[in-house]
Amino acid sequence: MSAAMAMDLAGERRPLLKVDRLTKHYGEQVGCEDVSFVLYPGEVIGIVGESGSGKSTLLNVLSAQMHPTTGTVDYDLRAQGPRDIFTLSEPERRKLMRTDWGIVHQNPRDGLRMNVSAGGNVGERLMAIGARHYGELRREGLDWMTKVELDTSRIDDKPKTFSGGMQQRLQIARNLVTRPRLVFMDEPTGGLDVSVQARLLDLLRGLVRELGIAAIIVTHDLAVVRLLADRLMVMRRGRVVEAGLTDQVLDDPHHPYTQLLVSSVLQV
Amino acid sequence: MSALEEVRWDAAYNFAYLDEQTKRMIRRALLKAIAVPGYQVPFGGREMPLAYGWGTGGIQVTASVIGPDDTLKVIDQGADDTTNAVSIRRFFSRVAGVDTTEATEEADIIQTRHRIPEAPLREGQVLVYQVPQPEPLRQLEPRETETRKMHGYAEYGLMHVRLYEDIARYGHIATTYSYPVMVNGRYLMSPSPIPKFDNPKMQDNPAIQLFGAGREKRIYAIPPYASVKSLDFDDHPFEVQTWDEACALCGAQNSYLDEVVLDDRGGKMFVCSDTHFCADRRAEGHRGELGGDPAALAFARTAEEEGADR
Repeated sequence: MSAAMAMDLAGERRPLLKVDRLTKHYGEQVGCEDVSFVLYPGEVIGIVGESGSGKSTLLNVLSAQMHPTTGTVDYDLRAQGPRDIFTLSEPERRKLMRTDWGIVHQNPRDGLRMNVSAGGNVGERLMAIGARHYGELRREGLDWMTKVELDTSRIDDKPKTFSGGMQQRLQIARNLVTRPRLVFMDEPTGGLDVSVQARLLDLLRGLVRELGIAAIIVTHDLAVVRLLADRLMVMRRGRVVEAGLTDQVLDDPHHPYTQLLVSSVLQV
Repeated sequence: MSALEEVRWDAAYNFAYLDEQTKRMIRRALLKAIAVPGYQVPFGGREMPLAYGWGTGGIQVTASVIGPDDTLKVIDQGADDTTNAVSIRRFFSRVAGVDTTEATEEADIIQTRHRIPEAPLREGQVLVYQVPQPEPLRQLEPRETETRKMHGYAEYGLMHVRLYEDIARYGHIATTYSYPVMVNGRYLMSPSPIPKFDNPKMQDNPAIQLFGAGREKRIYAIPPYASVKSLDFDDHPFEVQTWDEACALCGAQNSYLDEVVLDDRGGKMFVCSDTHFCADRRAEGHRGELGGDPAALAFARTAEEEGADR
């Protein structure tokens, strides 16, 4: 910790995540090929591309849910500095995933326990790292429900009685309760109607900025990255074809595929 | 019982029903289970001559540890005279020729379903539990691959989620049986469906406690004098059940009580669930509220007759 602070004082920012020539093959099939990038603390990076372009494969490998064929993912661990996450032991990796990381799934059913109350869902990560005081868990649950604009009177209701948008917000609260430094999001607004999408995006933008969380957002919705992401990577057939600042890529696309993607968005 | 001593056991069967190889396999699993307290050891569970759910796991464990000179006690929900207890006792007196007893103090092996006897156990005794579901996390996590990892890495936060849900819904921890315990500070364990009233008896118990789950094919154990802690929250500590009434037959105030309906006009009484404990107290002259009532005593008659036999 002191080493990290010394670095900060020196004005040098250490990357949170460093991805080097990451490749994932499914037999003959290419999942993603030769992806490299660096993510700094508090930065939001968007990954866009059409279906089958390798976005989800990349996210699954980055979040250690799958092993890459080749390449490394270095993460700046709180205790021991940058380490390749695939050299960590499985319990270490699982601990990392439920404390310092958050994973927001496209379908809230994958990320929530549907038969456990909202409060229990929010408290689970805290209990996993040793919280054993019911009153404090309760307080934390109410606090986070307020933060994600859920009605606190529904803390004892099960998520299956919630609407899609509410479930998604609960999933976000459940992930952020341990104050992670990096959150992976897979189509966080997929399957929601437009007005709910807008409110969720607004909420996400607020939380990410307020808490200084770094995020990797996979989506096919260009509006989502325009609103949330600082930088953008465009993927096609498993490769990153264009990367840069979000506004720069969207307003002045260079690669023919990016040009096609940007021009395909319907204007109302 | 005297007739059995001449015949010893039914010669059509190997001693204690199981073949010697199976007993060796189960004993190996038992040794491992005792060496790693609370860890669920898989074993090759055999078909037994009774249905799953009736104590096939317990019977296999008992059959593997019993010797011809042992005395066996079998209890079902605390009672010595219910179907399950009677038939398992009869099974072992036939296939192993062992003496059976209802007295906790006289037994070398006690096979139990849903209770730990009220009388304290001593060194050298073996308590065998019948376990329907050995995995305490199963209700919350259906995947076996995942629960094995959770045990392997001691990731037990999920168990507290269940207790949290109890408090959120009922205002207190409403789990009253199968109350999860932490054994030796390492493995989360289901104590089988004993009432949580019995949980404190597992802590530092001088007897060996063996658990057998026949359908799930798992064996686990608590060695003598091991630490067994019931899970709880700092602000909602573990508590056992209490009753306002005393046992109607023997007047005991510190035992686990069953409610018995007496008539169709709301009449009821509370009696000790441990029939041997209750009969012993009455033999010592303790009397409860209905202790002189012939109708109430008829309820406990079987136990008394057996007592007179002795």
